[in-house]
Amino acid sequence: MLAEKYPQEVKKILAKYPPEQKRSAVMPLLYLAQRESGYVTKEALKDIAAMLEITSTEVVSIIGFYTLFHDEKAGKYRMQVCTDLPCALRGADKFLEELCGNLGVKVGGTTADGMVTVEAVMCLAACDKAPMFQLQSADGIEYHENMTVDRTMELVEALRKSKA
Amino acid sequence: MSQYFLLRHRDIPGIGKIDVYKKNGGFEAFKKAVTSMKPAEVTDAVKASGLRGRGGAGFPAGVKWSFIPNNIWPHYVVANADESEPGTFKDREIMESNPYQFLEGVAIAAYAVGANAAYVYLRGEFWPVAHFLDEKIAEMEKAGFLGDKLFGTDYSLRIHTHLGAGAYICGEETALLESMEGKRGQPRIRPPFPAVYGLYGKPTVVNNVETLTNVPLIIEKGADWYKSLGTPDSAGVKIFSLSGRVKKPGNYELPFGTTFRELIYKYGGGIIDDRPVKAIMAAGASSTMIVADDKALDTPMDYASVRALGADLGSASVIVIDDTVSIDWVIGKTIHFFEHESCGKCTPCREGCYWMLHLIERIEHGEKTKENVELLHSVAKQMQNKCLCPLGEFSTMAVTTAIERFPADFKD
Repeated sequence: MLAEKYPQEVKKILAKYPPEQKRSAVMPLLYLAQRESGYVTKEALKDIAAMLEITSTEVVSIIGFYTLFHDEKAGKYRMQVCTDLPCALRGADKFLEELCGNLGVKVGGTTADGMVTVEAVMCLAACDKAPMFQLQSADGIEYHENMTVDRTMELVEALRKSKA
Repeated sequence: MSQYFLLRHRDIPGIGKIDVYKKNGGFEAFKKAVTSMKPAEVTDAVKASGLRGRGGAGFPAGVKWSFIPNNIWPHYVVANADESEPGTFKDREIMESNPYQFLEGVAIAAYAVGANAAYVYLRGEFWPVAHFLDEKIAEMEKAGFLGDKLFGTDYSLRIHTHLGAGAYICGEETALLESMEGKRGQPRIRPPFPAVYGLYGKPTVVNNVETLTNVPLIIEKGADWYKSLGTPDSAGVKIFSLSGRVKKPGNYELPFGTTFRELIYKYGGGIIDDRPVKAIMAAGASSTMIVADDKALDTPMDYASVRALGADLGSASVIVIDDTVSIDWVIGKTIHFFEHESCGKCTPCREGCYWMLHLIERIEHGEKTKENVELLHSVAKQMQNKCLCPLGEFSTMAVTTAIERFPADFKD
């Protein structure tokens, strides 16, 4: 149960919104639910629905609508490379292709050790610093900008080591 | 420009710290508003300044505030920090580097419309920015600039951040409000407009981050000073996000009326490998395609002049395309974006984007026939003026103008 596992956080989230509008807390609570395993489990989903007095279906519709909520397990890190027009004009497509080659995965695939899932995503508002990607994990999201394939591979190695 | 008004961290390092911000006149405008001006006077000052919304629509900010009715309460202010238009990356720099000026703008707007609660809706990808702003808001509370009975008056205000989770459509203000209410971010039918029926069905002002960051300057220095910057049609300064095939992409804070040529060559360092510039998209992916001839390059970037070119300035996200790039590939990218981001509510947008994607893929994979190109143009044309929000419209603008203005790129 989220409220038992993270009592302080849940309280803080609910306090942001008028008491009669607690449904507004659904997105911050989904982020909290993803903190453990990187995706929203069925139990967490029901838990959030009960807490906010909405149906599970309504919570599922939120997860499905927004790209940063996930209902399936993926790699420990989701490496989301922007390949939208401004980044693509600065070599993002080639970067993604070479990166996938180096990691031995296809776009959308996960490395054999389960560490990194590589995805192509829409604009991340860092168009002047392409090639770039964000790294989404249970700890949150961080940007990596002006990247090369070599530096990205070093980063992946560092992530692998930090696990060990 | 030697002096920045919005990207002030470039002149004053450390302005993201509350002491430094205060030392440089920070919160004086908010204090002046709350202690010596009536809310309506604040709105009038912003109206008189000619400040127009920086998120893309260019609607006069003060006029928007004046629509808030005084017979329905409570009121809300929501700062739109959903910044998701391909080619736009200015709000992030403001929030990361000059956060207090932005938050002071939120606070002044809230005072002007009588709101005791304001929210900053950030796109989910700005996760670290939201946490950074939470810290700044806490500092402001500690220093007495947010909370109860501010500056010894009866006015109280609290600001909260709210994270989206990856949906371009939430930059549209009614979709943003739906999202804040814990629903899928799909636009509402308007009217009623958010000024009357906004967050939780209450009167709400939604303004872009950059718009709000201008407000403390207007209150501090006055509307006449503000109008002296820029052009008669477009008052003030603007952050131009320059991207694409230029040597020095980045944010450039310049007065309205700067030409495309100056932006691309004087500030952006010219085109990579000194190639010729071929096309310009002035408002991100939601742009018409401008043929970059001398006339276009010498056009001053203000709302009216860019419109006269058959384009819009929007949020001033200038994507530069050189002669190494084929325009059919460009619209392949924009169509792919809109097909992914269409929220699915309006049939013309949902189905139209789907079919445009199929057609452009066909065209790019070798079937560059007259029939396919004409069909793509026809599908785009039929989508126009048929959707609840501008997304449907935006998805077609590059497509139709690319085919009309760059016909050679659609022939084998």
